[in-house]
Amino acid sequence: MSRSRVAWVALPAALAMTLSACGGGGGSTNATDGKDNPDGTVSIYGTEPKSTLFPANTTEAGGGKVTDSLFSRLVGYKTEDGAPYNLMADSIKSDDAKVYNIKIKQGWKFHDGTEVKAKNFVDAWNWAAYAPNAQQAASFFAPIAGFEDVHPADENAKPAKDKMSGLELVGDYEFKVTLNGPTSVFTTMIGYTPFSPMADSFFADPKAAEAKPIGNGPLKFVSRTPNALIKMERFDDYKGEDKVHFKTLDYKIYSSQETAYQDLVAGKLDFMEALPPSAKVGEKYKADLGDAVVTANLLGQSAIAFPQYIDAFKNVKLRQAVSMAINREQITKTVLAGSYVPSTSFVSPGIKGYRADTCGEYCKFNPEKAKQLFAESGFTGKLTIQSNQDGGRKEPLEAACNSIKQTLGVDCEFVGATNFGAFRQIVDGKQLTGMSRSDWSADYPSIENFLNPLYRTGGSSNDSNYSNPEVDALLKKADQTANEDEAIKIYQQAEDLIAKDLPSMPTWNEKGIGGRSKNLLDAKMSFKRQGALESFRVKA
Amino acid sequence: MGRYVLRRLLQLIPVFLGTTFLIYALVWAIPQDPFAGKCGQRPCDPAYIAEMSQKLNLNDPLVIQYFKYLGNLLVGDFGTTFNGVSVGEQIATSWPITLKMGIIALIIEAVIGIVAGVLTGLRKQGFLDNLVLVSTLFLISLPVFVTGFVLRLYLGPQGFDLMDTSVSSDPTFGELILPGFVLGSLSMAYVARLTRSSIVENRRADYVRTAIAKGQPQSRVVGIHLLRNSLIPVITFLGTDLGSLMGGAIVTEGVFNINGIGGLIFRGIQEKEGIMVTGIVTLLVLVYLLMSLIVDLLYAVLDPRIRYE
Repeated sequence: MSRSRVAWVALPAALAMTLSACGGGGGSTNATDGKDNPDGTVSIYGTEPKSTLFPANTTEAGGGKVTDSLFSRLVGYKTEDGAPYNLMADSIKSDDAKVYNIKIKQGWKFHDGTEVKAKNFVDAWNWAAYAPNAQQAASFFAPIAGFEDVHPADENAKPAKDKMSGLELVGDYEFKVTLNGPTSVFTTMIGYTPFSPMADSFFADPKAAEAKPIGNGPLKFVSRTPNALIKMERFDDYKGEDKVHFKTLDYKIYSSQETAYQDLVAGKLDFMEALPPSAKVGEKYKADLGDAVVTANLLGQSAIAFPQYIDAFKNVKLRQAVSMAINREQITKTVLAGSYVPSTSFVSPGIKGYRADTCGEYCKFNPEKAKQLFAESGFTGKLTIQSNQDGGRKEPLEAACNSIKQTLGVDCEFVGATNFGAFRQIVDGKQLTGMSRSDWSADYPSIENFLNPLYRTGGSSNDSNYSNPEVDALLKKADQTANEDEAIKIYQQAEDLIAKDLPSMPTWNEKGIGGRSKNLLDAKMSFKRQGALESFRVKA
Repeated sequence: MGRYVLRRLLQLIPVFLGTTFLIYALVWAIPQDPFAGKCGQRPCDPAYIAEMSQKLNLNDPLVIQYFKYLGNLLVGDFGTTFNGVSVGEQIATSWPITLKMGIIALIIEAVIGIVAGVLTGLRKQGFLDNLVLVSTLFLISLPVFVTGFVLRLYLGPQGFDLMDTSVSSDPTFGELILPGFVLGSLSMAYVARLTRSSIVENRRADYVRTAIAKGQPQSRVVGIHLLRNSLIPVITFLGTDLGSLMGGAIVTEGVFNINGIGGLIFRGIQEKEGIMVTGIVTLLVLVYLLMSLIVDLLYAVLDPRIRYE
């Protein structure tokens, strides 16, 4: 039972780990013009979407890559570094980072032939934020003024309005967004999937759009066989710079990553953005794929959280001792087979504002100092690390536990939950009894997204229940700073404070390793662990 | 005979109600919040949970939920899963594929198993007998996924290149022969052994000795008298096996990426989607019941002494 069963179980975890954004990168890619087949077919590894295919409802990888291909937003992200650029937006102007004047490009079309106008954005955002429409990503619209009216904090209250007061139409191709307060990251945020526009026909009949989504992206929806295939075709009227250079796209749904990998090697599947654990053992994929290995910097951060509601972890010396007792270098090389690198910071490398070594000596393996701090902490008893045990999560954490055990001479045990859902139930319910895996995958490429959800008091993914008024104040100040560079500086100050407190210890960063088949001349992967479709070239 | 069949068919109704309720209650009792982990690293938005619970009747007590489900089922509505795809549609795409694979597996195990069983049963302790004994032992001790991976490796593009690594989204009979073989391999070994012991036992029966004494040719003695009587336990096994082949194909489906119902059930349990699990299990129960009815009727064909009134 083991292999295929493991892969089965791994799926939900893998899905939930990666959110999605990326519309594509800018400009045409290198030197394969002329030799490629512009009418070719590309097949990409997919998993069954877990929610309806509305942009504001697909917060997991399987559905996210589908809606990302179908919809384009105001802002796109460059494939290489995630830098935002104006995609559908003609200009985004603001003096105070609170009121934004957004002009959109003219002549863009939805797949049903109607033109994309400012009203499509305004209506779509209002629709997604409106509580009774039950969109998973509704809370992303919270910075917009009037969000409380359409989405009351109390889930049983009826929303007073169905439109946010902060969204105002100025003309056919222009609208004004007023936020609750200055938010400098807003211009980056609006590249995230939920901020897509929706066609007029969608509002007339959302149910029909569920079966056949109509977008404004580089690809249009053709057909879907549940659990097997999602078929798309190039949208020839597409105006964006992230046009695709092939005709048909098949998202082939696999239940087992292992099988998909076999298909990739055999040339039956063209692209995978992640490889199964068995291919990573001994770097087997290098022999299998040769120069068809595709890599990318990912927006992920693996960490182990110290829940602050557990008394023992209130002692900063214990937290530091444990962190210094983990031999990150060795674990990433051996157990993780080189597919991860040790992490030294609370932000993932490649993000604007990233600085190496913000965690300083506390994220470096130092047995002597660890022992000394541990003795000073006076901790007795047993340490545990909790996580879901499927999807290859168990092994590195067991190794971390062993490392702690050997260095500190304290008993350490891995406590596994059967799957991601069961594990998150424990974490969200604040029922942890020990340390816990706290991996984060950013929604959009910004340092803000690595700090606010994780370390702000009451943050949506603040697994360690960390609360430091100083950090909160700095984060708030940074959010409201209109100038991006200045804002980043303040975020960095907050990061430094967090590093001192060490509410969770950064462990490692995943290297994005995927692969393409020989049918593709070129394929790149984005920082969001998605194929950068505009870079795909099919062999003629 | 007609009344017997009618009675058996009527019995399906209480069994159907009982099993659906049982399965529904069991899935309902899984101690996991269906929304846990659904929205990634962060908990789901309360408004989202409230709306979806409302939509999927998750707030009602178990019995009310069940009757609402049953009511929809009666008008042919299997309900929809979290991702808005109707369960009926998902079953409709997966069911024929699984059924195809199940039937292929059944044919393979029946043909090879019975032939091997008959040959070895007639020539006890010969070379062939020992060969089948060892090879069935081998098959029984191998987990299905090992058989699947090994065959895929050697027959796939990296080996003899006789097949693809996975089947297409709408597989043909040809594509399903190998997965069907893998799926049926274990039962094939059982069928061979069952047939063999049954043949060995019946060879000494009085009616066989009589047939031989009458001077009937060997082929008639074996083919008509001996085989027909010896097949009763084998048919019983094969009949119930179709159900388990269909529901238990999760591993084989995973190895060859077949979009079958085994995978649907597994995902349904994982995501705590009771309606998906109940829908499929109900259909499987019906398959079991119908197959056992067919098996019972076949007894009368095989053994003239058995009559149904």
